[in-house]
Amino acid sequence: MYAGVMKDNRSVSRLQLEKVSHSFGQVSVLHDLSLVVNHGEVVVLVGPSGCGKSTILNVLSGHIIPLSGLVRSEGVVRTIHQQDGLFPWLTVSENIAMGLRSMKDTAHRTKEVSELINLVHLEGFEHHYPHQLSGGMRQRVELARVLAGDSDILLMDEPFSALDYQSRLRMRRELIRLLQLRLRTVVFVTHDIEEAAQLADRVLVLSGRPATISCELLIDAPRPRDLTDNAVIEAMKKILKELGL
Amino acid sequence: MLAGRLVNDIIASLWRVAVGFVLSAVLGIPTGLWLGQHIHARHAFLPLLNFFRFLSPLAWIPFAILWFHIGDKPAFFLIFMATFFPLVLATMSAVATIPSIYFRVAQDYHYQGLELLRKVTFPAVLPQVITALRVSYGIAWVVIVAAEMVGCQDGLGYGIWEARNGLRLDSAVCYMMVIGLLGMGIDRLLYQLTKLPNVRWGYER
Ligand SMILES: Nc1ncnc2c1ncn2[C@@H]1O[C@H](COP(=O)(O)OP(=O)(O)O)[C@@H](O)[C@H]1O
Ligand SMILES: [Mg+2]
Repeated sequence: MYAGVMKDNRSVSRLQLEKVSHSFGQVSVLHDLSLVVNHGEVVVLVGPSGCGKSTILNVLSGHIIPLSGLVRSEGVVRTIHQQDGLFPWLTVSENIAMGLRSMKDTAHRTKEVSELINLVHLEGFEHHYPHQLSGGMRQRVELARVLAGDSDILLMDEPFSALDYQSRLRMRRELIRLLQLRLRTVVFVTHDIEEAAQLADRVLVLSGRPATISCELLIDAPRPRDLTDNAVIEAMKKILKELGL
Repeated sequence: MLAGRLVNDIIASLWRVAVGFVLSAVLGIPTGLWLGQHIHARHAFLPLLNFFRFLSPLAWIPFAILWFHIGDKPAFFLIFMATFFPLVLATMSAVATIPSIYFRVAQDYHYQGLELLRKVTFPAVLPQVITALRVSYGIAWVVIVAAEMVGCQDGLGYGIWEARNGLRLDSAVCYMMVIGLLGMGIDRLLYQLTKLPNVRWGYER
């Protein structure tokens, strides 16, 4: 019932990189990288630490202008950063309301914030500050903030990697549930193979530096997927093999 | 009679510190925010700020009296000179240590210009600014005693000076106790600022 309430006229969102290269000083991080992310797709980038995953997201969000190549993005892009990105001086409600800044009608905005709070199951914590929440709850606030309002594309940089294993499993389910309620185009970065296999429509395995896509894997099993589902196990096998592990 | 005199001195001193201190906070904090955000300005002004910070405010006494004569004004001036530079420097370096992630997020959500300053930069440094306010208030309270000894006809510092001239050490001790207790009391008040809900994060973990 949520999907489309905010954006009945949701335009088709899309991300594209074409022959993008970037380097920091002498270190070439991206080389001739091309990729397309289609509307409503969940693309997961997997790769070893330091191979350039965050850099790809930064290029997609426009924070980094690559030295060469073409970046095209259609739609409002929101990012969940690798570090804690909530403003510690704002309450849960106020942080979520940041995602609704373009909404001028305050009554409508208040209503939307409380809907989002219900959506991520944080009723009763509206007036708490981030430092009073657990890691998992903070990530729920981040999710609510990027889902708020008119966002089309979500870039997520290892959003759950700071959580303990069980919270991580729970947050994956949470993300899948939220995306079913509010459809978004997602690029999700992780080094967690399980996470990739459970979440992705398409997994891109990155290798080495400069980062190149060494394998592309489609997973068309419906979500949510159990860790023990055949599709998940098959996907994990292939990814592990590709990473040479 | 003596009690009336003491109350009068207390009010005079509190007024002078309050005016000088508020003036320096109102000018110093925005200056610090601005310098913190502009690296070139920071490099240009840092030596000047440091020079004045290390110049004892008491060194300004001759000019304070020359320019402002005797009364409240030289005290305002000395309090201002004593607290402005430490406040600017503390605010400025607090801005320089704001984690860049906050500015990244601010950019994602289109905070710009004055709004960025008011809604991101300022709240991000507020806990450190409150600490700086407490420290510089301490300086102000020390300086007011010296300032009133030479620049005023009343106030707690002047009271001690008079006691000295009349060799009334009992009266001097009485004034000293009032100065110490009032200083502590006002610091308690400033300490309450650290209990504001939107700055608690800065003092925890
Ligand atoms: N701002 C930067 N300046 C210099 N080198 C950087 C910068 N950002 C990233 N790098 C380098 O680029 C490489 C890829 O970084 P990153 O994209 O953060 O990797 P990942 O997210 O996959 O762990 C790393 O070797 C890192 O040291
Ligand atoms: Mg990274």
